[in-house]
Amino acid sequence: MHTNYILLAIIALAVIPIFLWVYLLISEWIASHTNRRAASILRPWFWILPAISLLVVFLVYPVINTIVLSFMDSRSENFVGLKNYIYIFTDPNMLIVLRNNLLWLVFFTAACLVLGLVIAVLSDRVRYESVAKAAIFLPMAISFVAAGVIWRFMYEYRPAGSTQIGTVNAILTTLLPNFEPRAWLFDRSTNNAALIVVGIWMWTGFAMVILSAGLKGISVDVLEAARIDGAGEVAIFFKIILPLMMPTITVVATTLIINVLKVFDIVYVMTNGNLGTEVIANRMYKEMFNYRNYGRASAIATLLLFAIIPVMIMNIKRFNAEEGNE
Amino acid sequence: MNKKGKISGNSSKKPLSNLLVHLILIVICVAWIIPSLGLFVSSFRPRSEIALSGWWQAFQPPFAFTLENYSYVLTRGNMGRSFVNSLLIAIPSTLMPIFIAACAAYALAWMRFPLRKTIHLLIVALIVVPLQMTMIPILRLFNKIGLTGSFFGIWLAHTAYGLPFAIYLLRNFIVQLPRSLIESAQIDGASHPIIFLRLVLPTSIPAISSLAIFQFMWVWNDLLVALIYLGGTPNVAPMTVTISNMVNSYGGGWEYLTAAAFISMLLPLIVFFALQKYFVRGILAGSVKG
Repeated sequence: MHTNYILLAIIALAVIPIFLWVYLLISEWIASHTNRRAASILRPWFWILPAISLLVVFLVYPVINTIVLSFMDSRSENFVGLKNYIYIFTDPNMLIVLRNNLLWLVFFTAACLVLGLVIAVLSDRVRYESVAKAAIFLPMAISFVAAGVIWRFMYEYRPAGSTQIGTVNAILTTLLPNFEPRAWLFDRSTNNAALIVVGIWMWTGFAMVILSAGLKGISVDVLEAARIDGAGEVAIFFKIILPLMMPTITVVATTLIINVLKVFDIVYVMTNGNLGTEVIANRMYKEMFNYRNYGRASAIATLLLFAIIPVMIMNIKRFNAEEGNE
Repeated sequence: MNKKGKISGNSSKKPLSNLLVHLILIVICVAWIIPSLGLFVSSFRPRSEIALSGWWQAFQPPFAFTLENYSYVLTRGNMGRSFVNSLLIAIPSTLMPIFIAACAAYALAWMRFPLRKTIHLLIVALIVVPLQMTMIPILRLFNKIGLTGSFFGIWLAHTAYGLPFAIYLLRNFIVQLPRSLIESAQIDGASHPIIFLRLVLPTSIPAISSLAIFQFMWVWNDLLVALIYLGGTPNVAPMTVTISNMVNSYGGGWEYLTAAAFISMLLPLIVFFALQKYFVRGILAGSVKG
C-alpha cells in the first residue's frame, strides 16, 4: 500500500531532476546545431518552457475559465448574465458572508498592525528581544488547522458552576467574580471576534518582524536629536517614528489584507462557517462541494480576484519602477 | 540593536518607562505562549483528567501523565499514515517548483529574448492570484484525467502554485550575480547548462534555502489545496485534513485532538528553532503568495 507511494515519491525525486537535466542538454544540443540567430531565439524558450506550460495550464487558463464560468449556471451549461453576481450582493446569507470578511479585514489588519508595532517598539528596548520575538513569531510556523485545535481548546465551555477546562473561561471566571462562562464559538455575539483573535494570534508575529526591521532602519541620530531637544518618548513615537515608518506599515497592511481576504482554514476547522461566521473562501468551498453550484462558486472566486487587483497593479507598478532603474 | 537599546536607556524617564515596558511585553509574550503550552501539556494527560480539570492543574497531584494519546492517534487515529502522507506530498512539492523555477529564472535573468519583459510581468501578477480562481477548472481537468485523489495531481498543483513566487525570488537573486562571472565562463566555452549547474545553482544556495523552507512549510500546513484535490480519501490525506476530520468526529475528544495537533506541529517547530533565520526570511518573502 504505502510502499507504492514511497516508491513513486523516490522516482519523482530522482527522475524529475534527471529529466530536467537531460531536457536542458538536449535543448542546448539543438540550439547549438542551428545558426547563431535561431539559437539565441530558441534557447531562452527552451529554458522557460517547463515553467510557462505549468503556469498556463494551472493558473492562466483556469483564471480565464473561472471568469467565464461565473457568468454561467450551476452546471456551466447556460449563460445567465450577471445572475450569480446579483446573488452575491443581494442574498441575505451572502451579505452576512461579506460583512464577516469586512470585520476580518478591519479588525484583523488593525490589531496585527497595532500589536506588531507595540511589540516591535517595546522589544527594541529590552535585552531579551530575540526571545520575546520568537514567542510572538512562533504561531507563524504552525498550520491554521493546529491553531484551530489549540483555540477550540482555549474557548472550551462548561456550564457555570462546573470546573472550566477552557483557559479563556477559567481565567475570566477567576478574575471576575460575577462572570458567566460563555460558549465563545457558539454565541453569535462573540463567535466572529473569537475567530478573528485566532488570526491575530497567528499573524501578529509577521507584522512585528517586518515593522521591527523598519524600526531598526531609523537613524539613531534623528531620535537622539529629538531627545536633546526635549521631546518625550511618546512624542518621539508619534511625531518621528510613526511617519518615518509609514512605507513599511503600508507594505505590512497590504500583505495582511491579501491574506485575510482568503481566510479559510480557521473558519473551516473551528465553526465550519455555521452560526453566522461564514467567510468568502468557505462559502466558495460550500458552493463547490455541498451545493455543486459552479456558477456561484466561480463568481465568488472572481470577487476575491477583483478585491486583490489593486494590489496586483501596485506590484506591477513597483516592478516596472525597479526594472526601469536597472 | 545594542546601540538603540543604550539610547533609550539614556532617556530621562528610564525607571518608570522601563518597568512598564517589561510588564507589557511579558504579559503579551505569556499570552502568546499559553495557547500552545496548554495544548502541549494536555496532549500528555489521560482522558479522565483532561475532561475534569484545567491543563494548568496537571502540575498538582495526582500528576497523571501518559503517552497513551499519542500511541492511539498514531495507530488507530490514522495520524501515522497521515504524517507519511504529509511528507510524501510536501517533499516533491517543494523540490519540483525550485528546479523548474531556477531554469526559468536563469533565462529571465541572463538571456535576452522577445516577450521577456511581458512574461516576467505576468509572473509578478500571478503571485497574488487567489488559488480559488483556479480550483474549479483544475478539479474538472483532474476528474477527467483521473488525477483527483492522487499524489501526482497534488504535486503538479503545488508545483504550479509555487512557481510564480519561486521564479520571482530566484530571478531577483540570480540577476544580481556579477556579469563578469557569467561572461568569463562563457568565454571559457562553458555551455548554458554547465554554467547553470556549476555556477548559478551553487551561488544561489541562500535564496534557494529560504525558498525551500517557505514552500515546504506552505505545503505542510496547507489544508485547502489538499481538501480540494485529494478529496476526503483517508489513504492519501495529509495531517491537516485528518485533523480537521477528527475535529468533526471527535468534537470534545481533547486527549486525541491535542496529541494529533502537536504531532503536526513537530516538524515546523523543529524547522523554526533550528533554522530560524532562513525560516523568518522565507516566510517574510513569501507572505504575498496567492
